Amino acid sequence: MTRRAPAAGRAPVKGGAPVPGRAPGTGRAGRIAGRVLTRALPLGPAVALLLLFLAGPIAYCAYIAFTDLQLTGQAHASFVGFDNFRTAFGDDAFLNAVWLTLVFTVLSSLVGQNTLGLALASLMRRASKPVRTLTGGIVITAWVLPEVVAGFLLYAFFRREGTLNAILDGLHLPTQNWLFTLPILAVSFANVWRGTAFSMLVYSAALDEIPQEITEAAEVDGAGGWRRMWHITLPMIRRSIGTNLMLNTLQTLSVFGLIWVMTRGGPGDRSQTLPLFMYEQAFQKSMIGYGTAVALLLLLVGSLFSLVYLRLLRTEV
Amino acid sequence: MPRAHRSRRLAADAGLLVAAGAFALPLAWVVLSALDPHADLRVKAPDGLTLGNFDAILTPDITLTPLRNSLILCGGATALTVVCAALAAYPLSRFRSRLNRPFLLTILFATSLPITAIMVPVYALFVRVNLIDTLQGTILFFAASQLPFAIWLMKNFMDGVPKELEEAAWTDGASSLQSLVRIVLPLMGPGVAVVTVFSFVMMWGNFFVPFMLLLTPDQLPASVSINEFFGNRGMVAYGQLAAFSVVYSTPVILLYVLVARRLGGGFALGGAVKG
Repeated sequence: MTRRAPAAGRAPVKGGAPVPGRAPGTGRAGRIAGRVLTRALPLGPAVALLLLFLAGPIAYCAYIAFTDLQLTGQAHASFVGFDNFRTAFGDDAFLNAVWLTLVFTVLSSLVGQNTLGLALASLMRRASKPVRTLTGGIVITAWVLPEVVAGFLLYAFFRREGTLNAILDGLHLPTQNWLFTLPILAVSFANVWRGTAFSMLVYSAALDEIPQEITEAAEVDGAGGWRRMWHITLPMIRRSIGTNLMLNTLQTLSVFGLIWVMTRGGPGDRSQTLPLFMYEQAFQKSMIGYGTAVALLLLLVGSLFSLVYLRLLRTEV
Repeated sequence: MPRAHRSRRLAADAGLLVAAGAFALPLAWVVLSALDPHADLRVKAPDGLTLGNFDAILTPDITLTPLRNSLILCGGATALTVVCAALAAYPLSRFRSRLNRPFLLTILFATSLPITAIMVPVYALFVRVNLIDTLQGTILFFAASQLPFAIWLMKNFMDGVPKELEEAAWTDGASSLQSLVRIVLPLMGPGVAVVTVFSFVMMWGNFFVPFMLLLTPDQLPASVSINEFFGNRGMVAYGQLAAFSVVYSTPVILLYVLVARRLGGGFALGGAVKG
């Protein structure tokens, strides 16, 4: 842990006002610089950790994405320019992964978690307290569970011998081996199951902030439920919608464990989203350079979403 | 219009109960199967109750060592995260500087980066600096990956503690560190609890980081070892797998309940999403 310099005791002198009785001139500038340093000192450990273990790997990522580094430990990796990226965009398996990531994100994050979260949050405002508490508790439990456990539960649910087919059978509907026939749909549903609580909490908080009078006034004017939702509620919570979509999408882009446990990206590559593709290239095919190039693309997409998210929050920071 | 009101409430209740039922099915499976001597993959009433599944898995090899590893890993990393975040939040919250805003924006930007994407380079880096397969390396990375969010939360909680009390301490000659430890942190106990629990829960459930950075079987935390167990034995012993899942998940659920109770529902998100 960093040790405080003795000068920290001078912290109460604020605004850089000259202290009477002190020599003017260079001493003052030096003192201010000194104070700024002492004040910034507590940031030290955090900044060191962030630089070494977060910024460092990102920079390293940007570097090895342009090399042919392999797991097998060749003497030294050589610089190959944009070769990895060129390979990627000509690689059917990569394009397949991009497509599946898109499907997974749109289905589970944009459509699933977001809409279901909003629906649950608005139903909760009208429901009775016990039902509200019960539903909230169950949905949040699904969210708090460790990723791998969530993967097992949904694996059991979608398996041929699992609960979903048992229910369909009971209703005399056709059953199928979901993890084989529609793996990307199964993992998308799993992600909805796991992630909806977040949207629900965000929207509950947002809806709580809409003044009661506005809703009542609309009701008196005879606006029905859907029209109220469309013309009043949604515009009023649009900032929360934006924030929620960004965070959901970022979270969904980096899902690995859930899919890994349920399908390992299979059968074949039919549920292999970008994180799983990246892992396979880097470790099962030993192409660290190529895997990292894919990682860098994922990171760039993530950064882009992150920047949009920052803009949405801009007025609040 | 009390009648319309009542029927609307009934409709809302019905809708929520359907959703709750659907969400509860997988949860019901894990609880029932853990107690069922003949568990399979579907939700059903157990054929008699047994604790045999728990007996079978509560051995050092299967459960106890991985849980201990998880505790060391997540406990160590959480402690590091909370200490660094509290120290870093102090100047950000207390002193005005032109650098605060860019720093906070960078932190906020980093909170939403997909950590999954940098795991391949982190692995390659750790191999080069000999941190691969070490607990301390994994702890350091865990702490770094959780820090942006922890600093952000901590700073916001700290902003809620009035400055006047500290100013009195300053004039009495207390250093920044002293006023942080003796005055500010005790006043923001619930905030520190939220940051601690949140960091711990995130790490406890994280699969990918230890999956990539730890290799030796007896160092693996529960999140990774449960996967091995599932691959090797869980395919047949569903009851045991369910029991393992229950044991492994219970701590984080309890921690969540503890914090949520203290601060009211939707606690962390209010602070997290809206700043």
